[in-house]
Amino acid sequence: MNSASSTFISRFLQSRIVWPLAGLALLLLFNLIFDRAFFEVTTRDGNFYGPMLTVMRLSVVVMLLAMGMTLVIATGGVDLSVGSVMAIVGTLVAFLAVKHHLGFPSLLGVAISVSLSIGAFNGVLISCVGIQPIVVTLIMMVLGRGVALNITGGSPLQVMDSGVLFLGKSFIMGVPVQIFLVLFVFAITVMLCRKTAIGLFVEAVGDNETASRLSGVNARGIKVLVYIFSAVCAALAALVSIGDAGSVDPDGLGQMLELDAITAVVVGGTVLTGGRFTLLGSLIGALLIQTLATTLIRQGMDSAYAPVPKALVILVVCLLQSQKFRAQIASLIGNFRKPTS
Amino acid sequence: MSGISKAFRGVQALKGVDFTVRAGEIHALMGENGAGKSTLIKVLTGVHPRDCGEVLLAGQSVSPQAPREAEELGISTVYQEINLIPELSVAENIMLGRQPRRFGFIDWKELHARARRALQRLEIDLNLHLSVSSCSLALQQMVAIARALDVNAKLLILDEPTSSLDEHEVAELFKVMRRLREQGLGLVFVTHFMDQVYAVSDRITVLRNGELVGEFKTAELPKLQLVGKMLGRELSAVEKVGDTMTLSADENTTRDPFLAAKQLGRKGGVEPLDLEIRKGEVVGLAGLLGSGRTETARLLFGADRRTSGSITLDGRAAALSSPAKAIGAGIAFCSEDRKSEGIVPSLSVRENIILAMQAGRGILRLLPRRKQEELAAHYINALRIKTPSPETPIQNLSGGNQQKVLLARWLCLQPKLIILDEPTRGIDVGAKAEIEKLVDSLRREGMAILFISSELEEVVRASQRVLVLRDRKKVGELSGEQINEDRIMEMIASHE
Repeated sequence: MNSASSTFISRFLQSRIVWPLAGLALLLLFNLIFDRAFFEVTTRDGNFYGPMLTVMRLSVVVMLLAMGMTLVIATGGVDLSVGSVMAIVGTLVAFLAVKHHLGFPSLLGVAISVSLSIGAFNGVLISCVGIQPIVVTLIMMVLGRGVALNITGGSPLQVMDSGVLFLGKSFIMGVPVQIFLVLFVFAITVMLCRKTAIGLFVEAVGDNETASRLSGVNARGIKVLVYIFSAVCAALAALVSIGDAGSVDPDGLGQMLELDAITAVVVGGTVLTGGRFTLLGSLIGALLIQTLATTLIRQGMDSAYAPVPKALVILVVCLLQSQKFRAQIASLIGNFRKPTS
Repeated sequence: MSGISKAFRGVQALKGVDFTVRAGEIHALMGENGAGKSTLIKVLTGVHPRDCGEVLLAGQSVSPQAPREAEELGISTVYQEINLIPELSVAENIMLGRQPRRFGFIDWKELHARARRALQRLEIDLNLHLSVSSCSLALQQMVAIARALDVNAKLLILDEPTSSLDEHEVAELFKVMRRLREQGLGLVFVTHFMDQVYAVSDRITVLRNGELVGEFKTAELPKLQLVGKMLGRELSAVEKVGDTMTLSADENTTRDPFLAAKQLGRKGGVEPLDLEIRKGEVVGLAGLLGSGRTETARLLFGADRRTSGSITLDGRAAALSSPAKAIGAGIAFCSEDRKSEGIVPSLSVRENIILAMQAGRGILRLLPRRKQEELAAHYINALRIKTPSPETPIQNLSGGNQQKVLLARWLCLQPKLIILDEPTRGIDVGAKAEIEKLVDSLRREGMAILFISSELEEVVRASQRVLVLRDRKKVGELSGEQINEDRIMEMIASHE
């Protein structure tokens, strides 16, 4: 019994999510000491409100993007186009709802099929034509923003569809619908990765593509798949985002979010060179970033300067994840202790 | 150079090697993989500092600390991969890094004049303004040589200069090499191609396992002895060159082949050859490094596309256009390059074992976890893989144990043919013996095996039939009692 629990603890300590979790815990501890109000939860009309819930709500979009980004990064690639995919899908959905009065099911269908084809386009260029992921998705990022602006001629739109608004604004049992959505997507993704061979193949391709191909793994297919999945996640993020805001600004929607998603994945413990990945880590990473941002604002930090401490925290978490860095620190402390003992 | 030693992280790469190149000669440096050729050259050119020993250049003791310094001393090197910038012009490439300047700007007139002089020295006529990418490989090689040859060059090192050239281009290169020799330069020629060594070199220095075997005059060293010296075996009967190289019929030939390849070849890879492997038979592929052993294996496995020939499996034509298809047809391929083509380093031993099997089942039919663990446990036990747990990342295992995990990956598929490319390279003696034993027991179970090794002894012990390759050509086939190391060496050394 004792040994079983100790191996559980040691396995936990070795796992990738320890450091992002520790960072999150540290932030919460800070708030517990200096800002008790952070944990206040109030109910209005039977729905829960409070800083904690706001943090969760605000991290949903990045969490959704991070699910797809995790798999892309695990294959050794990167997807810079997710922000622009959000812009295209969000603008198109709002436009079709206003101008053509499409219902929610058809809007959802449009969102999925548009993102599917963008993802497939990225994936095919990367794995079959052999262009670098960063180049392909950078092109798509620039191109996609232009397409989004062209749909409305650049002007913002109201979101009229009740289904989209439900996703963004409503509550179930007092909890925002978006949180259920992200948990649902998380559960589905974990199932897809671990109950089928996708997870194994993604990790194998990211870790050693040649060896995987020589073992019969369809490396190209796997790569196309992860870019498709990433784009579909971006489409869902777009629906949540425009539903929450109630309007669409084709210029601003999803702007810079690809970087937040990458940060969440890296902070969460998946390395950019590919291989092993952790979806839970990416969720925690997204939560960590948002908790930090909210904490800084609540501490009176001007939002213009907020990125600086954010960058520092990300740096620290990433350094802590590096075994090499930890070993150096450990030896430094060891050297410090020696003379005294 | 005398008494040069060099160790890397405890591995002794060079042990007190002497090496002398005289002005006005072409000196071939030969040895199998790991003999220490490239280390010696890197010490000479200042890439690696030497541990001990002395380098004398024209009587002066020198110790360059960087390739740049070596160049200034007059030691120039042209590396195997041509280090040119394809989009720049011939002249720019020749003068790269030492462009003449006037008032801080590049002096183009002077640059072209100097580049022209450099090419004249090689007696090649080439438009200086062409971009290098539009030149043939041979011409690119010449440009690289022109660039390496500074005005005061005394020694030119050519590391595998002919590996990507065709016969005609090789002849062109040799002309240039002879010209430079006449100008009084010392040339070091590193290559695997025996015929080329005899065509152009004056002397040969042979290295083996980091030690000097000896320096010989090319004219006085028969090919056969050279092969023996490179492989470290003296011939028992040197003079008995092949009376019979024909296949004697034994019981094996009556059995139907599992795999038969006719005129299998790839342009720039191997020249068309015939190959048959029967069930319950180990066929060895023997030859020196670069003789086309691995290339042949990769063609059979679909890792490279063949450009000629056909393959039949069990009498039926098979396309084998990709590894996945070859695996589906019952072929397994254990690559010689364990690190970059074998292991998936951060995945566990279990995951590495089941990878190929899972790939065959596709994405949806995930092998149940319990089944995976059973398979891993079975093979860890059966092959005596030393690992703390099936969940240990494979990169933490020793080379021999990694190799056994890779064997397990293929064996769990129960292939009909397994191709083992250097399965014993870089692993300790005990593990080697175990793998040889395993090969024999697989053969008894009726598996067809293609066994590739640069250790002739191993090939001879393991194989019922041996195909001998030289310079990417099949030069003969031995079977049954004909197989012995002397015979194979004779065939490697023999002329057409």
